[in-house]
Amino acid sequence: MSDAIPAGKTAFTAYAPTRWEMMTTNRNFLGFWFMLPAAAFLILFLVYPLGLGVWLSFTDTKIGTPGSFVGLENYEWIIGDSKFQTAVFNTLFYTFVASVIKFAVGLYLALLLNNNLPFKAFIRAIILIPFIVPTVLSAIAFWWIFDPQFSVISWSLRKFGWISGNIDFLGDPWNARFSVIFANVWRGVPFIAITLLAGLQTVSPSLYEAATLDGANKWQLFRFVTYPILTPIIAVVMTFSVLFTFTDFQLIKVLTNGGPAGSTELMATMSYNTAILGGRIGEGAAISTAMIPFLLAAIMISWFGLQKRKWQQGSDND
Amino acid sequence: MASVTIRDVRKAFGSVEIIHGVNIDIEDGEFVILVGPSGCGKSTLLRMIAGLENITSGEIAIGNRVVNNVPPKERDIAMVFQNYALYPHMSVADNMAFSMMLRGADKAEIAQKVDRAATILGLLPLLDRFPRQLSGGQRQRVAMGRAIVRDPQVFLFDEPLSNLDAKLRVQMRSEIKELHQRLKTTTVYVTHDQIEAMTMADKIVVMHDGIVEQMGAPLDLYDRPNNLFVAGFIGSPAMNFVKGKIGTGGFHADGGFALPVGRAPAASDGKPVVYGLRPEHIRIDPQGVPAEVVVIEPTGSETQVVLRAGGQDIVAVFRERMSAKPGEMIPIAPTLAVAHLFDAENGQRLVA
Repeated sequence: MSDAIPAGKTAFTAYAPTRWEMMTTNRNFLGFWFMLPAAAFLILFLVYPLGLGVWLSFTDTKIGTPGSFVGLENYEWIIGDSKFQTAVFNTLFYTFVASVIKFAVGLYLALLLNNNLPFKAFIRAIILIPFIVPTVLSAIAFWWIFDPQFSVISWSLRKFGWISGNIDFLGDPWNARFSVIFANVWRGVPFIAITLLAGLQTVSPSLYEAATLDGANKWQLFRFVTYPILTPIIAVVMTFSVLFTFTDFQLIKVLTNGGPAGSTELMATMSYNTAILGGRIGEGAAISTAMIPFLLAAIMISWFGLQKRKWQQGSDND
Repeated sequence: MASVTIRDVRKAFGSVEIIHGVNIDIEDGEFVILVGPSGCGKSTLLRMIAGLENITSGEIAIGNRVVNNVPPKERDIAMVFQNYALYPHMSVADNMAFSMMLRGADKAEIAQKVDRAATILGLLPLLDRFPRQLSGGQRQRVAMGRAIVRDPQVFLFDEPLSNLDAKLRVQMRSEIKELHQRLKTTTVYVTHDQIEAMTMADKIVVMHDGIVEQMGAPLDLYDRPNNLFVAGFIGSPAMNFVKGKIGTGGFHADGGFALPVGRAPAASDGKPVVYGLRPEHIRIDPQGVPAEVVVIEPTGSETQVVLRAGGQDIVAVFRERMSAKPGEMIPIAPTLAVAHLFDAENGQRLVA
């Protein structure tokens, strides 16, 4: 042979790993194995219930009687149902108004907390309280605050002499809508404020200094430096906030249970009331499945909003 | 363009005073470098000129206007930051145009000024890029472009080259110097790198612990350092310091050898002094002090040798290549006619 091995050296032998060795050492296989438990968990607790819910929405299942496939009948029925239409309106109104207020207040608080305040760490911790308290607990507290007889707000305003009779917070449709929105805002602001604060702290102080030297005033600093740099975080946090608000259940369930006369009924509470309390599981499943397009739309908006920002992405030369 | 006058300026954070009365006169069109180790107050002083820190006492004037209470944007200065501070969400052109945009300048004027700055700095092909898409040197240039567009009275640079790699730093050094020669705008430049200071400045201000140790032309500082601090700070490798006394026949080191001093300072007999000897001012002389070779570091163009004489390490730099091995003895002598001598007690230069 021409490629003879010099004296004193041994040749490399071709090494063929066994299938078992490959599956336990190959990086791609290892990755697959490590991913399996998480995947199993997600399939069991997310994909299966979601799939079951969607399937049920195409059946006439009732509690106690296994249903049969009925096609789009449930959807045809709920679309024609004025209670469902009200619930969709309520949900959109609730989500929109609460999210806008939460964003405004959260951003304001974040900007405030980003300054050098005395007891900064303490104040930041306090801000988080509404977020840590269990929803049901704060809902019960708000229930008392909005109580027709014992409301502390009515009481205070009466003592100031600004009103003569108690305000019917939860008894009047529009009062009830704004009352639950208020409670939701109170709970949701800390999440937004703290997340935006984290975003604000990543902005290099020298950018503010540079902009100050460039002649920017306080508003221009916010408009041209803070806000654009914060937009990716705003997009993420507002997506989450919209999703949480749109699917809100506990607060409404405890405070009004959808009342008065369905004026605060959201899609989530209506689905629960129809399926579990009313026993009409097929229709209830159709109502909750009807939320999916709205949620997808919200995610899409922020997804495409995020994609546009080329400046955050790596150093591609184009 | 304008002069900058710093009069007895002090700065205290709370009760801690970090700048203890500094006086500097910067002439119109001069390139002045504030240099010193970290914590000496040089950056704080620059930020006080910019208006980013307030002035505890004293006066800073730009031109003949005292600016102590003038807000930064009205001081007519432009600053280049260490981390460049480019707006990440704006293109190169928008970064440069930002100050004019805020001022409400019209589009044609903005375009013309941005174009001029970009031409000077060779940034024309990069105007549409975002800072993320630029290399360190290009970002540095955009930061300078932003300053040029302002057309300010004074340029302020805060350690602008310290985030660049060694090779690029040398290149940007000459670019900045060339830019200054072209624009002739008064420039105050802060660095901790004495090589940057030596190579670029018209005037160096050496700061240490909040005071000015010495100020003057680069080569004056190199040739006649006023005290031990400046002597040790300017020059690389640093000056060797040998402790000893002046006696008959020159300098007698505590380590037991003698060195010539040229002209001895007046009334210095028997006085404890420090003898300063720059590594590049050492030659091999058969009549010299025998020193043991400890380490040899060839750099190609020269050879740096760590020697030991009388129990003390002495660094020497020779232009020629060395065949000596560690452990060998070579005789060394100073090449300068007049030695650097410093008072061992207060570190001040002794004048011959």
